[in-house]
Amino acid sequence: MARLNVNPTRMELKKLKARLATAVRGHKLLKDKSDEMIRRFTVMARENLALRREVEGELVRVLGQFQVARSVTPAYRAEAAFALPAAAVNAECSVTSVMGLDVPKIELSQSGGAGLPYAYFEITSEADYSVSMAAALLPKLVRLAEVEKAVRMLADEIERNKRRVNALEYVMIPQLEETIAYIREKLSENERAALVRIMKVKGKQQ
Amino acid sequence: MTGKMAIVGDGDSIMVFQAAGVSAFAAENEKKARDILRKIAKDYEVIFLTEELARPLADFLKRFDEAPYPVVLPIPSGRGSDGLGEELVRGAAERALGIDIFFNNGPREASEETHQ
Repeated sequence: MARLNVNPTRMELKKLKARLATAVRGHKLLKDKSDEMIRRFTVMARENLALRREVEGELVRVLGQFQVARSVTPAYRAEAAFALPAAAVNAECSVTSVMGLDVPKIELSQSGGAGLPYAYFEITSEADYSVSMAAALLPKLVRLAEVEKAVRMLADEIERNKRRVNALEYVMIPQLEETIAYIREKLSENERAALVRIMKVKGKQQ
Repeated sequence: MTGKMAIVGDGDSIMVFQAAGVSAFAAENEKKARDILRKIAKDYEVIFLTEELARPLADFLKRFDEAPYPVVLPIPSGRGSDGLGEELVRGAAERALGIDIFFNNGPREASEETHQ
């Protein structure tokens, strides 16, 4: 490991010692952060996967149901029927912090009746089911969006954090330690040299 | 703040969500989907995207992972799920932890290969 390019003086030694102490403390903190993030990540990722399986199953059912409705209705009538939303869905979007990371938090509030956007005679009853199923699925879908985004962001953050921890552990700290050892050696070497010089001078005087 | 939701997909299957209060955008191919996403990314907080379109756009979608919003979520289309969403979760777990923690956990063993 290359040592830093500094003058071997007491000043530098003092500075480097302070830097090493900071680096070690930072390393410990980051490592703890990483551990905690990983713990939360595993919990969230499991929830994410379970939720996704559930939602995907239901969604395929909803869309299948809708396909049936579509297949018995002329295209233009279906388009006209679905063009206007029946229920205005408000998504209250905010951010919440997970380990200092801003992740989305979405709350749904349904306003307006959960009625249908069309009159019953316009379209087949299959469509009614699919619309109400879709509306019922929406909260879960939004919850999945929220969790999955958080999981993805957390994964990125863990990766970045790991890189920081490794940089400290394998580059920064060894470098500082080596430089400190080098300066110590150099200083004691100088000290010995000075001592010998004095002894020699003393010997010549007598 | 109040967010809006959108769904981007190929014509048919997304109409039903329009009735549920989600704005629907039709995109027949990935290029069109990319243009639409660019346009609506600022206005919508939650965007659902069908898997057929999300798969070729995976690299493009990565840029949305930086900020909390917008949330782009791949969902299966009417033709059924092809496992993209699950892959993404597994991928994220592998990236973060170095291992696939769901290896023996679930009905589908999608990533059977071992990681040395």
